[in-house]
Parts: sequence; structure tokens; C-alpha cells
Amino acid sequence: MDIMYEPVIGLEIHIQLNTKSKMFCSCSNDIWKKSPNSVTCPTCLGLPGALPVPNESAIRKTQLLGLSLNCKLNKTSSFARKNYFYPDLPKGYQITQFSQPLCVNGFLNTSFGKVDIRRIHLEEDTGKSMHTKEGTLLDFNKSGVPLAELVTEPDIKSAEQAVELGRKIRELARSLGVSNADMEKGNMRLELNISLRETGSQELPKYRVEIKNINSFRFLRNAIVYEIARQEKILNAGKVVEQETRGWNEKSKKTVSQRKKEEEYDYRYFPEPDIPQMEFSDSYIANLKKDLSKTMSGKAENVPEGFLSEPKELKEKVEYFITDEKELSKIINKIIAENPNPVLDYKAGKQGVLQFLIGCVMKETQGKADPKVCSAIFLNLL
Amino acid sequence: MLNNFLTIQQILEGYKSKLFSPKEVFDTFYDRIKKSDPLIKSFITLCPKDSLKIGGNSVPVAHKDIFTTKDIKTTAGSNILKNYIPPYNAVVVERLNKEGFLSIGKLNCDAFAHGTTGENSDFQITKNPYAQDRTPGGSSSGSAAAVSAGFIPVATATDTGGSIRLPASFTNTVGIKPTYGRVSRYGIIAMTSSMDSIGHITKTIWDNAFVLGITAGFDEKDATSSRNEKDNYLSGIEKGISKLKIGVPKEYITSLGAELKARFVQNIKTLESLGAEIVEVSLPHTEYAITAYYIITPSEISSNLARFDGIRFGKTRDYFGEEAKRRIMMGTYSLSAGYYEDYYLKAQKVRTLVINDFKNVFEKVDALVAPVFPSIPPKLGESITDPVKMYMMDVLTVPVNLAGLPALSVPGGFVDNLPTGIQFIGKHFNEKLLYRVGRAFEQKTRYWEVFPSHLDSFGV
Repeated sequence: MDIMYEPVIGLEIHIQLNTKSKMFCSCSNDIWKKSPNSVTCPTCLGLPGALPVPNESAIRKTQLLGLSLNCKLNKTSSFARKNYFYPDLPKGYQITQFSQPLCVNGFLNTSFGKVDIRRIHLEEDTGKSMHTKEGTLLDFNKSGVPLAELVTEPDIKSAEQAVELGRKIRELARSLGVSNADMEKGNMRLELNISLRETGSQELPKYRVEIKNINSFRFLRNAIVYEIARQEKILNAGKVVEQETRGWNEKSKKTVSQRKKEEEYDYRYFPEPDIPQMEFSDSYIANLKKDLSKTMSGKAENVPEGFLSEPKELKEKVEYFITDEKELSKIINKIIAENPNPVLDYKAGKQGVLQFLIGCVMKETQGKADPKVCSAIFLNLL
Repeated sequence: MLNNFLTIQQILEGYKSKLFSPKEVFDTFYDRIKKSDPLIKSFITLCPKDSLKIGGNSVPVAHKDIFTTKDIKTTAGSNILKNYIPPYNAVVVERLNKEGFLSIGKLNCDAFAHGTTGENSDFQITKNPYAQDRTPGGSSSGSAAAVSAGFIPVATATDTGGSIRLPASFTNTVGIKPTYGRVSRYGIIAMTSSMDSIGHITKTIWDNAFVLGITAGFDEKDATSSRNEKDNYLSGIEKGISKLKIGVPKEYITSLGAELKARFVQNIKTLESLGAEIVEVSLPHTEYAITAYYIITPSEISSNLARFDGIRFGKTRDYFGEEAKRRIMMGTYSLSAGYYEDYYLKAQKVRTLVINDFKNVFEKVDALVAPVFPSIPPKLGESITDPVKMYMMDVLTVPVNLAGLPALSVPGGFVDNLPTGIQFIGKHFNEKLLYRVGRAFEQKTRYWEVFPSHLDSFGV
């Protein structure tokens, strides 16, 4: 009797962001159907002496995407170099993010259950290689295009769930206005990791097969269905599934082995010395949340079901911060007038009283005042 | 042909008082180069004089060959870029052009700036104008030699581990290593991205301060360039150093040979006679700085040289020289899985200790004074066979690079008729104070007026 297996699937989605310029240079980001190597500059060509300058809009769009997927935005984030050789990678390294990505620990609800999102980070795209009989042609128009890379936890349990998740993220990217997410144009690319474990087991399988070259949701479904069957057959024969990278071949309707993956390639990641660490203030993040709420509120009917699990909750989070100094000063002056003794105590040196006074403001505003701004105003007035 | 040395200050004053014309100035320099550079070998590329738009207040400048110059061959001293012609100018080149400094050529250097004597250039070995069997220092060998030999009044250069200060000290010239981020790195072929400092070499302090006023300042194309407002480096330069507290780091003196020590002590006395208060200080982690430097530097180099794959420009990797290959291998190793924590990460931690040493010391003093090299300029051929011996030559210069601080190398007098230098180290973005100290010292000692003997033939 065959053992029952269940699939363990994780998706990696690359989303080309629709900023005006590329990720690290001021080249136009509109490269669709442009003649080869006509949208380049020293930076995205990797010429000697060129330097990268991060695109702030790309950073914001990635963070908006992360917020809408319930991610935590890292207050400190940095870029890293991923070093490897390939002719379409002009610098011999890709500028990406490693230990401090922009967004972490999010989730998305699907009709099959919750899927956790490990991280969303920002990186640059490579050039394009075209293999011909005469040799390989290289077009660097795509080099430097901003990519948001979204990585899920291996929580996906079926082809249907994978497709639903992919579709929801595509809709989300479009609703937010961060990407056209058109898979035919390569604005959104999918890769998956898939393995099997005995049904009911809680352990992660000891191997992973990576599937690339998935250009549509139809391919995604077919590739997963094919792979499940392929791996099941191997396991039922008592053999071990090889850890490798495979590509979906639409003609033969099979996944085909591309590269053995016995050991991970050593990319020698280290922090990008040409770009200082990014710091995001509380007010910057608060403003992002406000913008997100504005963007989504007009499109409530377009928002996929289950995408924002608690739309009300998000709205409340955004209105949490009253930062207007005039408004808060009025309230604070009222609190000072109403609490003469605590104010005297504070002036006499009891620093802790400040927290009590801020607490009074919070009560007065039903918790909506920004405690940092309150603190500053109190210190000024007292 | 003009028969004075021709500093930038003299040139500009000469134009103002109509003593001579720009054409005469350029003729003079080109004649000297034609006559004496076959001996000194400082230029890799010399632009034809008639290709230049000489006029107004034009002053000649030449660039270390790691500065990209539009339509002018840029080799980085390496066979890989033997025929590379960049499509754009470095920001520093643009800024100088705008102020009338015309690029007349590109100067020799160690290939990719890897070296301390200039002997790692793939093309030619530059000689010290004061003694042609000795090194002019590196990696900015051509820059220092050309200014020293009277071929140009200013040459651009870079200092990542001492590559401006060391050659300046070997050639009786003034070299500034600005604060990291003070001058844009855009268009400079990168060596150690987190330490490359973009500076220049001149004969005098005034000239040097004048040029920094042009090259310094925020550049939006360089994400590491500082938004701090640049100073007016010339204003207050004559203020003197009375009551200034200058520290001598004791760890920098121990390696000095007897003659260099005597010279250094003499120079300290000069500073005291000018009114400065000399204080002994300690930078306790100095001995670890060189090791941290020679882990971080090859690591970043191994990544920065990856773009030289021969596909879009330049020759293929088999054209890398020995030192480049050595550093690529060392750097790849330090960054590898399993070694990253023990080498690269650890070196960055040591770097923080070095930074803190300087922070602590600058709470007690306004500036530091130190030697640049423990002995006289070595003979050519002496150090090239031993790479580690070569690395150790940087021991008095690299701590400043780890900390990103500014430092100014000033002529410090002669030993055995050979130039030595003295460096002043300042707090971040305090180049203005360094020039003030350098100017007072220079005006008192006047070492810069001892020219190399070949200039006698020009009537200088």
C-alpha cells in the first residue's frame, strides 16, 4: 500500500516595480520594446568608477507592499552584495538585501488557510541573455530595474493554493500601484520550492526541488501537479528525491533537470559599502501607513477577499498618531492646568511624572496622540 | 619658456598682472615633460597640446590613471584596461574642468592602485625625481613624481591606505587625504569602496587648499558623499598655531629609524616654536590596524574587480597582474562561508576599536602629528619581491583610512638628501585646521623650495 504524501511548497515572487527610473541610476525604467542597450548608463552597465544611488520610490513601494501583507517594516535596513559570475550580471555582483531586508514576518490569507511571508526585500534585476547559434547576445536594458522579492514560508499545500496566492499578490501589486505585474512582460516572475512529506508529519522534508521558468499561473499549476506526481513515484519506489533545480518545459509538459543543487552556492554576501545603512523614523512609517490606507480605501471592492484580514484594524492603526503640534499643544496646556501638583513635582526634579502627564494626554485623546510629539511639547513648555 | 617653478598661486597671479599668458605656461610645462619625463616616466598618456582649449585662467592638471576621463584612455595602470576609453568623466574631473583646470594627461600608478612603491604598474616604473634609483612612493607614483619634477602644479590622486601621503612624503610635495566622503568617488575606479579618499598633490599648502575648495562637496551620484557644507579652506590659513594642542601618538614613533626619529623630533620642536602645545597621546590598537586593513581591503577588491570580465570592455582576466590576483584570492577567501566571521567580520570589529582610539584622543587634542614612513624612500627593486614586507610599509598610514579621518602630508625635511614627510591628522571634516597647521609649518621650514636638481637645467 503506497504511503500518503503531502506537498510542502514555498513561492518566491519577483515583482518589477513601476518606478520612473531604475533601482540605482537615473536611467528610465520604461524598457519594454526598446532597442537593445539603448537604456543604459555607466552605473547599470557596471563600468569602472560608476556608483549606485538607491531609488527612494522603489523603497517606498516595497514597504507599501510589505505593510499591505501585514509585514513588520525594519527600522534599519541595508543593501548587500551577492557575488557570482554570469555574463548578464555586469558588476559580477548583484546589489540585493541579505540580513536586514525592508519587510519581514507578514502573512496572506487564502481560502485554504494562512500563508506566512518570510520577507520582502529590494534588489536590482540583471541584463537579458539571448542564446543563438552564433553565440549569446546580451541586452543590458533590464540591468538595474528594481525588483521586490517576496519569499513565503513553505506553508502552501496545493497547486490551487499556490495559484490563489499568486493571483492575490498580483492583484495587490496592481491595486497598490507598485507594479503592472504583467507576467507576459516579465513584470512578475515565479519560482517555487517543492518537496513531499508523509501526510500528517510536522517536519520539513530533508530535500527541496527548485522549479524555475514559470511564466504563467497555468504553468504554475501544471508544474506543481507534475512535480507532485514525479516525486511521489520516486519516494514510493523507496528512492531519494535529488535536490536540484528544474525548469518547466511547456512543450513536453514536464519539469526538466537544469542544475544539481547538492550544496548551496557561496555568494559571499557582505554589506554594500557604496550605500549607507537606511534608517526609517516612526513618523516616516506612520506616513506610509496613512498613504496605504488612502490607496486602499478607494479600492475596497477590488481588494481580494482575505487580503487585509482586518481592514478596520489597519484604519485604526493609521489614525493612532495625532502628530499635529497645535492640536496637541491645546490638549497639553489643558492637562498642565488641570494637574498643578504633578507639574510642580516634575519641575522639582521628579522625571517620572512626565510619563503620568503623557498618560493623561493619551486618556484625553483615546490613545491617539503620538507620545513622542507629546513628550517634546511637554519638555518645551515645562 | 618660463623659469620659475610655477605653483598655481604664482600662475594665477602671473595671469592677473599680465606677466605671462596661459599659452606660455602650458608651453613651459609641456617642454619640461618632453625633456625630462623620458627619465622620470610619470605620464602614461599625454594629451596633444593643440587638443586643449587654452585661454582665460587655464591651469594644467593631470590625473592619476584611475580617474575616468571622457574620451581619454584610462588604464588604472593595468593591462586589462590598456585600450579602455571611458564614455564619461569622473565628477572631480568635471569640477576641475569647470574652474579652468585642463587635463593634460594621465599619470602612472600601481595597477588598480594596489601598491606602495609604484612597482606594480603593468606599464612602467616611475622614478623619484630626487634620486632616480629610488621609488617616488605609491600607489600615486606618477602623481607625486610629476608635481615634484615640475611637470604640473597639481595632480589628482587617491589615498586608501596611504597612497597620497606616502608618495608626497617621498617627493617633497604636499598631499591631502580628505575625510572619507568629502570628495565624490564617482568615476574613480574603486579599490576599497569603504576607504577610497579622493585627493591631490601640489608643491605648496596654498595650492592644495585652493584645489580642495573646488573638488570638495556633496555629489548626488555618490551615496557615500557627505552633505556637510564644505569649508573655505583658504580663509584663515595664515592664522598660525599658537595655543593649538597637537598630539604625538607614541605608538607611531617606536618603528622609526634613528635618522627619521631625529628629523621628527626636530619638526616637533619647530611646531613648538610656532606656539603649539605638544602632547603625548596613545592610540593603543595601532598594531592591529594593518592586519584589519589587509583583510577588509582585499575583500572589497575581490568584489570590485569582478566587473573586469572582458565582456563589455577591457581585456580578459588572464591579463590581471600578480598583485591583483593575490588580492582577489585573499579577498575571496576572507569572504567565504566558514571564514567570513573569523576574518571579514572580525576585521570590521577591530576597525571600530581603531575608530574609538581616535575619538578618545580627539577629546584631548585639536590635531595629531606623526611620521609617514619609518625610513628614507627605498631603492627600486628592494621591496617588490616580498608582498608582506610591502604591506607593512603602510603601517603608519592605514589607521587613518580605517577611521575615515583627514590627513595632510607636508614636506618634513631631508635625510641623506632624500625627502621625508610629516603628516597632520584631524577630526572628520577638519581639513581647514590641517591646512592652517601645514601652512605655519611650511612657511617656517620652507623645505618645499629645495627642488630636484634636474630643474636647474630649466633655470628654475
